[in-house]
Amino acid sequence: MKKSKKRVIPGFGLTMGVTITMLSIVVLIPLASLVVYSSQLGLREFFEVITRKRVLSSFYVSFITALGASLVNAVMGLILAWVLVRYEFPGKRIMDGMIELPFALPTAVAGISLTSLTSDQGLIGNFFAKFGIKIAYTKLGITFALIFVGIPFVARAVQPVLEKLDGSYEEAARVMGAKPGYIFRRVILPELLPPLLTGTGLAFGRCLGEYGSVVFIAGNRPYETEITPLIIMSELQEFDYKSATSIALVMLIASFLILFLMNLMQARNSKRLRGGNV
Amino acid sequence: MKNRENESKIVKYLLIGISVLFLFVMLVLPLFVVVTEALKKGWEVYVEAVTDSYTIAALMLTLKATVIAVVCNTVLGLCAAWAVTRFQFKGKKLLTTLIDVPVTVSPIIAGLIYLLIFGKQSILYPYLQKANVQIVFAVPGIVLATVFVTFPFVFRELLPVLESIGTDEEEAAALMGAKGWTIFSKITFPHIKWALLYGIVLCTARAMGEFGAVSVLSGHLRGLTNTLPLHVEILFNEFQYVPAFAVSSILVIMAVILLIIRSVMEHRGKKEGEV
Amino acid sequence: MTKKKLRSLCLAAVLGIAAFTGVCSYDAGAGSDVHIINVSYDPTRELYESYNKIFQEHWKEETGQDVDVIQSHGGSGKQALEVINGLQADVVTLALEYDINAIQDAGMIDEGWKEELPDDSAPYTSTIVFLVRKGNPKNIQDWDDLIRDDVDVITPNPKTSGGARWNYLAAWAYAQKAYNNQEDKMEEFIKKLYQNVLVLDSGARSATTSFVENGQGDVLIAWENEAFLSVQDDPDEFEIINPSISVLAQPSVAVVDEVAENRGTEDIAKEYLNYLYSDDAQRIAAENYYRPVNEEILKEYSDVFDLTMELKTIDDFSGWQEVQEKHFADGGIFDQIYGN
Repeated sequence: MKKSKKRVIPGFGLTMGVTITMLSIVVLIPLASLVVYSSQLGLREFFEVITRKRVLSSFYVSFITALGASLVNAVMGLILAWVLVRYEFPGKRIMDGMIELPFALPTAVAGISLTSLTSDQGLIGNFFAKFGIKIAYTKLGITFALIFVGIPFVARAVQPVLEKLDGSYEEAARVMGAKPGYIFRRVILPELLPPLLTGTGLAFGRCLGEYGSVVFIAGNRPYETEITPLIIMSELQEFDYKSATSIALVMLIASFLILFLMNLMQARNSKRLRGGNV
Repeated sequence: MKNRENESKIVKYLLIGISVLFLFVMLVLPLFVVVTEALKKGWEVYVEAVTDSYTIAALMLTLKATVIAVVCNTVLGLCAAWAVTRFQFKGKKLLTTLIDVPVTVSPIIAGLIYLLIFGKQSILYPYLQKANVQIVFAVPGIVLATVFVTFPFVFRELLPVLESIGTDEEEAAALMGAKGWTIFSKITFPHIKWALLYGIVLCTARAMGEFGAVSVLSGHLRGLTNTLPLHVEILFNEFQYVPAFAVSSILVIMAVILLIIRSVMEHRGKKEGEV
Repeated sequence: MTKKKLRSLCLAAVLGIAAFTGVCSYDAGAGSDVHIINVSYDPTRELYESYNKIFQEHWKEETGQDVDVIQSHGGSGKQALEVINGLQADVVTLALEYDINAIQDAGMIDEGWKEELPDDSAPYTSTIVFLVRKGNPKNIQDWDDLIRDDVDVITPNPKTSGGARWNYLAAWAYAQKAYNNQEDKMEEFIKKLYQNVLVLDSGARSATTSFVENGQGDVLIAWENEAFLSVQDDPDEFEIINPSISVLAQPSVAVVDEVAENRGTEDIAKEYLNYLYSDDAQRIAAENYYRPVNEEILKEYSDVFDLTMELKTIDDFSGWQEVQEKHFADGGIFDQIYGN
């Protein structure tokens, strides 16, 4: 309906121009260099490098811990956003302000302090050690660090949407006697799904590539707690650029795919929300 | 009816409880570790570590890189969000995905790609050297890496808001003959200013703390190319735990100040909105 | 309105340009006549901090010039890689000859650097020892104790840490002697040893943190100078055990010819390394727990260093190239340890 051929709003050329230029300089050209560099290996060699057992198991470790962490962050981020938007309580603003702290704290510092907390002499580790659960130097520890890294993504994606959310449908549903759980599932959740997905996707991608905090807490045992970025680092250490760039390329493709899927889902979702007449 | 109110109260306190516990364990405790470690050997050692000339140099460099990154990414965020939400064109999904890519690219890889392009092995290097421009292992590399890792932050915050406010008002204004800048500053900006602020705060926070990518590109030259997070790493690697944590605490304090400023501005803004 | 707009636009442009030029002007060592960059590895910070001071005085006396030495520290392999990638180092002072050879292979250091200075261009040496908890509760005396089932070992990953390759080789040296060069038994020994490794950190310093700060493991395989530092910090917590056999770790130094020629700092760079062999510099090395190569001065510190240990050099393992290929390359012995 609205899509008249003529663009009424000005600024397309300028904004697109700036966007494309910056994107090219900062992101596209450098990333292309990675592709060029790893293409120096033949296809067969490339597959040989990335299917080395140690590399494969590092993919697994990175994937499973990032998945775990981003799922926890999805749930906690949703709860955090909900609590911060819907409830009033003392200390709320402090809580609100704290959420970006994981960004500002250098990941190495986070790694060091989380490790000292969760090793079996630390405050948290000590508690769990009583039940025979080890956190630091296991996959659990990696997940722990990744949860820290990913906290802001989901909460900050959901929060503004929740704030903007029109209360009238919810109110209507309540008046008609719908149960809170039902209202949440059928009225609120669909609205929150797109930001929830993007937030989780971003957190997942970020967690996949995280290095600084994880190397301290992981223990870095091959096949068990060795993450992919660490493998890349060790290839570089051996001056093996080709292997390093090949593995990096796989990670890059993975993160690109995740994001693309998220954006697709989000687009489908917003279509559905608008009643499918787009 | 009463029953249900009780129920929702229980839910409320349960959710608040969960949130508080989660943030306490995941955020407060690690910060607590930072602060106690920083002050372990007393106030004097702390002050000495914080006022060390290398620390000050690192602080200045961090501020410089952060400011440039925030300016760049704010411009990009505004432009890209405007282009994506206000116009229809092919490849839109691809474009948004590409803008997001830097967040999910491992910092190690982010550093690596600039090394490949501007490093000694690159075909560009001889030209750069002739022009006497040093990018990797110098300040420009650090700035580039910082811009890269915080690339989509402002854009991400603006996108949903711009999408949700729709284009009706802007179209009306445009039809009445308003210029682009006027439309933006008079109509769009008031809607997005809080989102913009969020974005800038996020961007600043992340830029200050970036470690991995910068670490690959810095060369760790003391007093020249060390940012605060790198300085922390170096101190840590030198067994200087207390100074390392003291320097980290500067970052924590900077973050806290930043978040307080945001919170105050936001509070004022909301009050304004109510009046 | 338009005037205002114009003005703000101009302001933005000026600011942008100012920021850009500010960023691109790469001005170092302001205030001094000349500066050189020394790219080194992690544990040498205190050493070079003291050394740079006496070198500055020395250079001032010789030439009347003020010189500034800018330090960079990090993992040895990573530092070498950065030099290859364009880090403008005048001199490198790294943990391994192998890392300097890599820079040579990139064409930045002239061949024969190892013969330029005395003692294989290694002005100080170190060795690998054990750091255990006070009182040595697990009674660890030598390498064969490390493969006992009840002992947890902390050592960094030789793939990511150059220094950790010396740790590995020290163990290998013991195996060579104990099993009379029977390869399969030696591999078995190394395998058992690394199966006892609780945390395989990415660098020497994080391994020390795991052991010292986080209380992991019973024994840390460490560089002698690092072990001394830990004991110096917490004399009631740790003690050093000297194994019967270890390696003579020779951290090498070299001038990066290409950079020094470009910058015209060859003389000062050469003198910087030469002066490391002076008596004063050798004492500074000893005070930082590195073994000086000057025998006389080493004897002055015989109460600090255990001079009775049998020390193997890299030549006993047929050189770095061979070691690298056999042990640490992809599919080498170290990889096989963890392959099922």
